[in-house]
Amino acid sequence: MSEEVSEPIEVLRLPVELEYQYTAGKSASRFLRGLQQGKLLGQRCPVDGRVYFPTRGCCPQHGVPMAEEGSIELPDVGTLVTYSIVRVPSANIPLELPYVTIQVLLDGADTVMMHVLGECELEDVHMGMRLEAKWKPEEEWETSVGNILYFVPLDEPDAPYESYKEHI
Amino acid sequence: MSSTDESSLTASHKLEYSYKRSLGPVLSRFFTGIRDRQLLGAKRADGTVMVPPKEYDPDTAAALDELVPVGPGGIVKSWAWVSEPRRQQPKDHPFAYALIQLDGADTPFLHVVDTNDEAAMKTGMRVTATWADEATGAITDITFVPEDAR
Repeated sequence: MSEEVSEPIEVLRLPVELEYQYTAGKSASRFLRGLQQGKLLGQRCPVDGRVYFPTRGCCPQHGVPMAEEGSIELPDVGTLVTYSIVRVPSANIPLELPYVTIQVLLDGADTVMMHVLGECELEDVHMGMRLEAKWKPEEEWETSVGNILYFVPLDEPDAPYESYKEHI
Repeated sequence: MSSTDESSLTASHKLEYSYKRSLGPVLSRFFTGIRDRQLLGAKRADGTVMVPPKEYDPDTAAALDELVPVGPGGIVKSWAWVSEPRRQQPKDHPFAYALIQLDGADTPFLHVVDTNDEAAMKTGMRVTATWADEATGAITDITFVPEDAR
C-alpha cells in the first residue's frame, strides 16, 4: 500500500464582498448628468462663495443647502496640486504600471479632484504644472467621471505655489 | 448608471477585498485534514479537545500542537433555521446553522446542517459530516446531515 503524499493547505482565499445599490442623490446626479454632456459642474456656497467640485447638496462648512441655482460650470483645465507615482498593482485598477495619481485644482474651484496623469514622463511630473482633461470620444460619454481618461500637461508656465498651497 | 427618475441616479456598487489568509501551522493541518476527509481538534494540557483547533490555549496561552481526530459524528447543541438564504450563504435552499459538538471534542463548532425540513432539527440530535465529491481544503467541503438520514 503506497502512502498518499499531498501538499498541505497553507493559504485560504477569503474575499470579502459587499454589494450595494448606490443612489447618488439630487446633487451628485446633476453632476453626473453634466458629465454626460461633457460639463464639469461645481457648486457655489451661498455663505462664503467657495466653489465645491463636484456639486454637493449642502455646504460642509456652513451646513446650509446649496441650491441648484448655485451650480457653475468649470473649465477642464487646472493645476496639479500633488501627486503619487503608483508602482504596486491593484486587482481592481486596470492601469498599466507605473502610473501617476494626481490631485487637480480645476480653475475656479476651491476643492481638488483626484484623477490620473497621462502623456507625461515620470521625471517631468511636478507640483504646480498646468493640466488639461483628455476626454473619451463624445459618443462614449456616460454619467461617469470615467469620461475623462486622464489629464495631460498643458504647455503653460507653472501656477505659483501660493495659488494652490492651501489645497495640499 | 440607470435613471429611476429625473432627480436621482442609481447604480450597483461592489466593494470587494480579495484577502488571502495564511493559516499558520495549526489551522493549516486542520484544513489539510478537511481536504483529506479527517476532522481534527487541538488537545489541551487538561485533556480536553477544541474544535476548530487554535494555536494557543485560550486559558493558559500554552502553545497547542497535538491534533487528534474528532467526528465525523456529533451532537447539535444549538441551531438556527435559515428559511431564506442569501446569495453568499453556504446553501441555496433552507438550511440550519448549528453549533455541533463533534465526537471526541469538548467545544461545539459552527457549521451547516442540511435537512430539507426545519421540523427535523432538534437540539441534542446526532449529525454527521459528509464531504463534497471534490474536497479542496475549505470549510465548505463539509456539510452535516442528520445521522439517521444516512
